[in-house]
Amino acid sequence: MSSASREIMLGGIRAALGRTSGQAVAPVPPPRIHVPEVSLDERVRQFSQAFEKLNGKPYAAQSPDDARAYVARLLQGKSAVASGAPFLVECGIANLPGVEAPGDDRAVLRELCATRDIGITSADYALADTGSLVMISSRQEARLVSLLPPCHVAVVPRDRLLTGLDELLTILPKPAGLSSSMVLITGPSRTADIEQILVRGVHGPGEIHVVLV
Amino acid sequence: MVPTRVSLFVTCIVDQLFPNVGIAVADVLERLGYDVHFPEDQTCCGQPAFNSGYREEARKVAAHFLRVFEKADHIVVPSGSCTSMAGHHFADLYEDDPAMLDRIHHFESRVHEFSSFLTDIAKVDDVGAFFPHTVTYHDSCHALRELGIKKGPRALLDRVEGLTLKEMDAAQECCGFGGTFSVKFAEVSGGMAGAKIESILRTGASHVVSIDSSCLMQLQGALARRAVPVRTIHLAEVLAQTKPS
Amino acid sequence: MKLIPVEEIHEALANPRLQTAIYDSTARLMEKRRVAIGPVPDFEAYRDQANAIKRHTIEHLDHYLEQLEANVTANGGKVVWCRNAEEAASFVRGLCRDNGVRRIVKSKSMTTEEIELNHEVEKDGIDVVETDLGEYILQLAHERPYHIVAPALHKTRYDVADIFTEKLGVEREEVIEKQTMIARRVLREKFLTAGLGITGANFLIADSGAVVIVENEGNARLSSSAPRIQIAVAGFEKVIPRAQDLATFLKILGRSATGQPLTVYTSFLSGPRRPGEIDGPEEFYLLLLDNGRTKVLADPEKRQSLYCIRCGACLNHCPVYRKIGGHNYPWVYSGPIGAILSPQFHGVHQDPWLPFASSLCGACGEVCPVKIEIPKILLSLRASVVDMKRDRPEGQYERIAFSLYARVMSRPWLYRLATRAASLLFPGERGRWVTSAPALLRDSPLGQWLSQRDLPPPAAKPFRTLWRERQAAARKASQKGAR
Repeated sequence: MSSASREIMLGGIRAALGRTSGQAVAPVPPPRIHVPEVSLDERVRQFSQAFEKLNGKPYAAQSPDDARAYVARLLQGKSAVASGAPFLVECGIANLPGVEAPGDDRAVLRELCATRDIGITSADYALADTGSLVMISSRQEARLVSLLPPCHVAVVPRDRLLTGLDELLTILPKPAGLSSSMVLITGPSRTADIEQILVRGVHGPGEIHVVLV
Repeated sequence: MVPTRVSLFVTCIVDQLFPNVGIAVADVLERLGYDVHFPEDQTCCGQPAFNSGYREEARKVAAHFLRVFEKADHIVVPSGSCTSMAGHHFADLYEDDPAMLDRIHHFESRVHEFSSFLTDIAKVDDVGAFFPHTVTYHDSCHALRELGIKKGPRALLDRVEGLTLKEMDAAQECCGFGGTFSVKFAEVSGGMAGAKIESILRTGASHVVSIDSSCLMQLQGALARRAVPVRTIHLAEVLAQTKPS
Repeated sequence: MKLIPVEEIHEALANPRLQTAIYDSTARLMEKRRVAIGPVPDFEAYRDQANAIKRHTIEHLDHYLEQLEANVTANGGKVVWCRNAEEAASFVRGLCRDNGVRRIVKSKSMTTEEIELNHEVEKDGIDVVETDLGEYILQLAHERPYHIVAPALHKTRYDVADIFTEKLGVEREEVIEKQTMIARRVLREKFLTAGLGITGANFLIADSGAVVIVENEGNARLSSSAPRIQIAVAGFEKVIPRAQDLATFLKILGRSATGQPLTVYTSFLSGPRRPGEIDGPEEFYLLLLDNGRTKVLADPEKRQSLYCIRCGACLNHCPVYRKIGGHNYPWVYSGPIGAILSPQFHGVHQDPWLPFASSLCGACGEVCPVKIEIPKILLSLRASVVDMKRDRPEGQYERIAFSLYARVMSRPWLYRLATRAASLLFPGERGRWVTSAPALLRDSPLGQWLSQRDLPPPAAKPFRTLWRERQAAARKASQKGAR
């Protein structure tokens, strides 16, 4: 079915456009992309402001220990699953009491993510102007840790804070090259499908903390 | 100095239903020192046919319009919709006819909606009018979105002695007229007029002002049907009124 | 050939609860858009750029589709070319059969609504679950989306309470937050037990083979991450050349749709999980759909209709949509964009009234983030309808009327004669507005006008007469002055 359809569809498209197979392509307009100069402190300020506006909870940690203490406070009486991100180990968060790490086992990962209160991850980047996290799926970062638990905590070194989407797309002009999944997370999961009234946490986490270290 | 000559295209709706609007336009222009002419052979701009999909028919009417007006220096029209038809859409009708297209492009820039003629060509906003009422202004769709007319009429109203302008929240929403739409989808059109009237009423204005008589016909008809005492009035009629001496 | 659904439209207009629901929701969406684009001074430049990129891509579509396919394949995915709904459904059914899939979770996709995929797949006894909250409510209610972005826009919390109580057997719940949590609970279990996830796609990136999905709930992430197999279904016009073009499209899409600078989740998905990745699907299919798009492409003037990024702004700003609502449009695409897409996909003969269901106010074109000239296309479609009807008996009165109109309006003497005759024939009292039509004329344009509003009578003296009198008076006055 598919290969015959492929030829018919491509043939039809060419006929509709008056083009021939392999015909040269006019130059594509250059992308409209602009990366502003913003100091790190200003990026931290922008991120915190934007993230807070989204009802996220930003925390500027003074040190890895400070980050660890903040996460420990969030954990009180709660269960958590942590990704394998090296930065979580570096900060001593991966081995906090109550934190479980699934390792490489897919079934264990699903089970933990589906049942624990908090998912702890790092992030590959964060975007200052929109208050977004950028998560690239990998051996260390599973997709489900930031998705299934009702609360997501991301612990991110502040030097991964980019100015915004334009800078990200400048650094990663071909996001698909690295991984099967890159996701920008901009605040807690939300819906307004009933009467345009905003409700958080419909499918993904309704609560997000970002600890900038 | 020889006064500048302007040719009036009053539109068929003004000719047949609201002739006083045309007289008001002439009064204002003459007060400003213009030499106003009315080419008697004028009829319609062809928009009803064009908007209904009858392009061949619209072309005939457009060609007649062109014959009557193409020698004129300034053509002044008390309607955004008809101005847009002559100034923009005649060209759409003759896309495949280079000779006609050439004639049309030569004449397009000389077609002026009344208020923009005052603000952009005559460069006045105070025409010495007096109208001691609270009014609200309805942006007619084609004037607003095809001709970009928004500030001019408000600036003119602003300088009318005694007049208070109160903006309505739905100033830029359609009144529901839409030519044959008003009879093909009568109930929807009526509903749109209803929404507009609610917005008008929230301003407490005694008059609704517009630069298109077709919108005003729709609104006045709907206001009358609801027995609402708000009156509609064309901008030209407001500007034509002066302080009794 | 269907006529204007007058009864159905009347029903919508006569339902005050529905009118309030549509009016308030669209008003909120308009306000959110207005607030969101305020701080973006070069929003217009982004619209121009978006239009230029779409134009370029559509004009070279074959090239970008081949590039896309090569890159999706290189990422380990498979592109499935589907000419129509049948081919799409038969592929999905076959895949379910081969893999023993009993349950499918779906995220929001207008394209799958367009081909009624659920209906086909359910024939094999497969449980297909819509997981977007609005879509889920509508699936339970057996309705199609009311709006491109907010599918259950017409439903109030009380409607949702009725639906959940009846279909899910839960206790009646009228608090929106709690209703949402009911849906979360029910759907979470579906995500974790489904063998296949189907998503839509907002953009397809040609040079890297990625599918981009924007959403707020997280159900598209779940649909593409939890099940073993993922299918993304997309109309082939969704392709864009580069990821960097998203620096334009993402800035205008969220703002135009819901007033968000970025939606909560923007997923770039490319193929099955790579070696070493812990989770993600094991198989990945990108289903590229034609289903009539090539026909649209063949018209150089109207192919810009395919630039649409489904933001829904034209619906929110359309005074006609805001009155008649989404379900009175004949297809899943409603509002102004629906009024131009449906006739092009199905032919103008199917619903010839549709291009006329607009006052041509132009609000749609004014807000379209990719600058589709919707009013111009509506006008062009109207001309096609008239051409289609030229040799048919339907609409002959209108045709005669416009032919007469053209004759009269291009002959000044005839115009003067006709207006004098009309004035003499006028039945009402001079100077008084007409309030009702004779019963015989109820269905005529005159009757239709009068069904809603009063009509002014012809002026006692047309402008040209007043003008002549005025000129004569002026001459007299100046002669007197000269004497």
